[in-house]
Amino acid sequence: MDNEQLSLPQYEVPEDLQHAIAVTTLDRLYNWGRRSSVWPLMFGLACCAIEMIAAQTARYDLARFGMEVMRPTPRQADMLLVSGTVTKKMVPAIIRLYNQMPEPKYVVAMGACASGGGPFKEGYNVVAGIDKFLPVDVYIPGCPPTPQALIAGLIKLQEKIDKQSIKQVPWYRRKTKDPNYVPVPILGPDLIDPRRNAEIKSAAAVKEG
Amino acid sequence: MYGKGILKGLGVTWKRFWETYTEDIAWVLRGKKRYFTEEGVKHRSSKDQKGIFTVQYPEEKLIQPEEARYLPFLVYNEMPDGKREVLCTSCGICAKVCPPQCIWIVRSNDPVTGRPVPEPTEFYIDADICMNCGFCAEYCPFDAIKMDHDFEIASYGRNVFNMEKLLKSSEYYKSIRPVNYAREEAARIAEAEAKKAKEAARAAAAQSAKPTGAEAATAT
Amino acid sequence: MTAPASPLTLDLVARFPGLVQTDTRPGYSGFIVEKDSLLEVAAAVRDELGFDLMTAVTGVDYPPDKMEVVYHAYRTTGGPGLVFKVQVPRVDPVEVPSLIHLYPGVDLQEREAWDLLGIKFTGHPDLRRILMWEGFEGHPLRKDWKEGFYEEDTKPFKSRWPQGQFYMAEDKNPFNDNLAFPQNFDPEKWIPEGDALLYGALARYTVKQEDGLSTDRIVINMGPHHPSTHGVFRAVMTLDGETIAGLKPVLGYLHRNHDKIGERNTFLLNMPFTDRLDYFNSMTNNFGYALAVEKLMKIPVAERAEYIRVIVSELSRIQNHLVFIGTLLNDLGAMYTPSLYAFEERELILDIFEAISGARMMCNYFRFGGVVRDIEDAEMQKIKDLVYDRLQYKTDELDRMLTENEVLLSRMKGVRMINAEDAIAYSITGPVLRAAGVPYDIRRADPYGIYDRFDFDVAVRYNGDLMDNYLIRIDEIRQSLRILDQAIKQIPQGPINSQKPAYQVRVPAGEAYGRVESPKGELGYYVVSNGKPNPWRYHVRPASFVNVTALEKISIGAKIADFVVLLAMFDMVMGECDR
Repeated sequence: MDNEQLSLPQYEVPEDLQHAIAVTTLDRLYNWGRRSSVWPLMFGLACCAIEMIAAQTARYDLARFGMEVMRPTPRQADMLLVSGTVTKKMVPAIIRLYNQMPEPKYVVAMGACASGGGPFKEGYNVVAGIDKFLPVDVYIPGCPPTPQALIAGLIKLQEKIDKQSIKQVPWYRRKTKDPNYVPVPILGPDLIDPRRNAEIKSAAAVKEG
Repeated sequence: MYGKGILKGLGVTWKRFWETYTEDIAWVLRGKKRYFTEEGVKHRSSKDQKGIFTVQYPEEKLIQPEEARYLPFLVYNEMPDGKREVLCTSCGICAKVCPPQCIWIVRSNDPVTGRPVPEPTEFYIDADICMNCGFCAEYCPFDAIKMDHDFEIASYGRNVFNMEKLLKSSEYYKSIRPVNYAREEAARIAEAEAKKAKEAARAAAAQSAKPTGAEAATAT
Repeated sequence: MTAPASPLTLDLVARFPGLVQTDTRPGYSGFIVEKDSLLEVAAAVRDELGFDLMTAVTGVDYPPDKMEVVYHAYRTTGGPGLVFKVQVPRVDPVEVPSLIHLYPGVDLQEREAWDLLGIKFTGHPDLRRILMWEGFEGHPLRKDWKEGFYEEDTKPFKSRWPQGQFYMAEDKNPFNDNLAFPQNFDPEKWIPEGDALLYGALARYTVKQEDGLSTDRIVINMGPHHPSTHGVFRAVMTLDGETIAGLKPVLGYLHRNHDKIGERNTFLLNMPFTDRLDYFNSMTNNFGYALAVEKLMKIPVAERAEYIRVIVSELSRIQNHLVFIGTLLNDLGAMYTPSLYAFEERELILDIFEAISGARMMCNYFRFGGVVRDIEDAEMQKIKDLVYDRLQYKTDELDRMLTENEVLLSRMKGVRMINAEDAIAYSITGPVLRAAGVPYDIRRADPYGIYDRFDFDVAVRYNGDLMDNYLIRIDEIRQSLRILDQAIKQIPQGPINSQKPAYQVRVPAGEAYGRVESPKGELGYYVVSNGKPNPWRYHVRPASFVNVTALEKISIGAKIADFVVLLAMFDMVMGECDR
């Protein structure tokens, strides 16, 4: 166990005991465990997916962060790494995957496309960023971000996890409805987000007078 | 023999596994540090690499080549009085050659005459559209926009860079791309000298015009 | 590269008097065929003239009055190609006879033309949308179709400079997003069409038993999220026990509107977009596009740049095939070790790409007339080191590790992929075609660049089973190393671009089809210019997309357990497949 990450600086531990004892808070222990075992969903969309795979391989070795366990099923994954262009045709599948992931879950938008549409933003089949549908935790710019940039982004995610507190996290609360549930978009004449039905209807009525 | 092929293949993996340790020992015997040194990283990225291939980012980083490009930035010169001289003249070429059209420039106008002033009032790059292609830096005639090496820019929000965020000093540019900087600096000096020489020549021509006229007059 | 049609093909006008005309528009070549005699002419082209490989089919919209379908046919024995076109009035329904019974390989390409341009191919048995979904409004590649974030017809946009007040494209759209709905559309009343048509297309594979006993077929959806489909590919199959009885590929999950954006870009701006087609091989993608535009511009390429182009293309091919072998073994169940080894070599090659072009994957390295940056001595030394001191041994090592492995042999040896006849009929190109015994490699069959100067063998294998498809990749790596060896030794000094660097290029009106042998197969660019700064039509003929046409044919009768490997053999990259 890496005591440096775990110990709180304000408590003095005698030097001869430092290898054996760490004084810490429950939050810190809890977050330390979670941040070191963020399992990504094995999910590649486009060009960025290749850099994501490269980050898994020998040179960058994501296993050093406990993130090498790529799960093909969303039921076992903690992190949705949206790696590439989100198209309108693909977005219902992504939302379904997200809804199937158990709490706590994180979304990382890797690359320009997933963050804000990217170079293909103007295209008719492209969603201008996954944050139109999902709450994104970390945005990694770049086209594509190099594996090192990806790791830098994941370290940023770990920092975010470190700041969470077991007292406030929503996933142990009793609840009737999943607060993170996102309704699955429908493929119509264009992409229909069920949350925005009324808005679409009124805008379509006004369109071109 | 059945299984020979598998054993042969396992031999390869065994050799690779073993090399990790022999290589470590070889470095120790040579009295050099294999990890967390530039020399070690360089060796691990060369043809002689054996055994461990991992570069342990963030403790050690890959050596970026000079041409490496990430997002663009604007170059300014630090003036002796602390003011920033922005090299950009807001000519708009970068906005025109940007394939996804992620560069936005507001050109300055002189408040009195209303004529364009060679300096941008506002300059935006939507980093979440930018495709890092490098055209803006390649076609900028004033060496004012360059491609950055900094890749550790992940954030908790969407990235739209304004002037404030885009401006970086020419010292920084010199530090990441020394060869390019030297070449451009040499070109600038040569151009300035050519200009000076031209002016001098013109002045000399203007000077010598009279004597030649006089000479011509005396000749006739 | 398409050269002018050879004398043998020229008598097409004489062979079909009154039905075929020579295309006389300036800059255009080939023939214009009457719509009603298309089938007749195409049959003659295939059987009498021997153009057995129909590589590219695409449409061009010429508003206000006509639409055109362009066919590019080649001979597998080599040589230049034949272009013929059909022109139809631009009044819905735009109808052209389908060539699917002559050339089964046009299947998906005709569906694409229907989807994006609304050209109805009569006689096509399964004409559904392919890249977009059923129910989508309009045909996006028509010139009068506008999307949600439409700003202007051509780049550069005027809003960016000189008064480039930043705004998000969302803010200017009435729906606050990249959306365009027909007027008075009510989302609550919309009934999604779903996959009814798709399952309907699969229904023809169900068999009714004669004794009246009907058994259900199992329908399996594989993808778009599946670890072994190499991206967002979806295959829907019906199973009879463990045997695949019917299959339909579903594409378009990564359809990024390459063609539409390409028509809006200027010629130069398309270069970085081509990087993102087949994102493993940005170098060869650049190469094909540069060839097409250089042909339109009629400019030479600097001598040194020609060699640099060959060097980077072959390095790219090596890393692609290495990764192919690695991921193939992943799909076979040998998780990670081979692919980790393959990625090590790939990283070293990408280091070189980063040093010369600036980026690891999206190199954006080619310019019209040459390349953007020279390979300096230090980088050249690195390339030499890799080629002479490392890649050779590492390829041998990979070979030693895998080729004799009994598990691999029993999985792959004798598992049928496709035979030569079908491979040609289905327009398959690249290693899959060569593994079926057809020595067709564009580098040799219709040399582009300076490939005619190098001494190399076209790798070919004759069994057409999975093992041959795997082995041919190793053969090709070795041949690429041979080419690299010669190119490194012969490369001259000199300028790297025949043109002055300029961001505006003048491209005369006309059409050009530039094609290269990408590691996946034939990668073609069909570019039409009308003399303006933007291409009128920019079409990519991707290798993966056309190769996938044969997936249905290959998979039916195969075992479900082999399907993943069959799919892996195409070495598909969805960025190129869906564009």
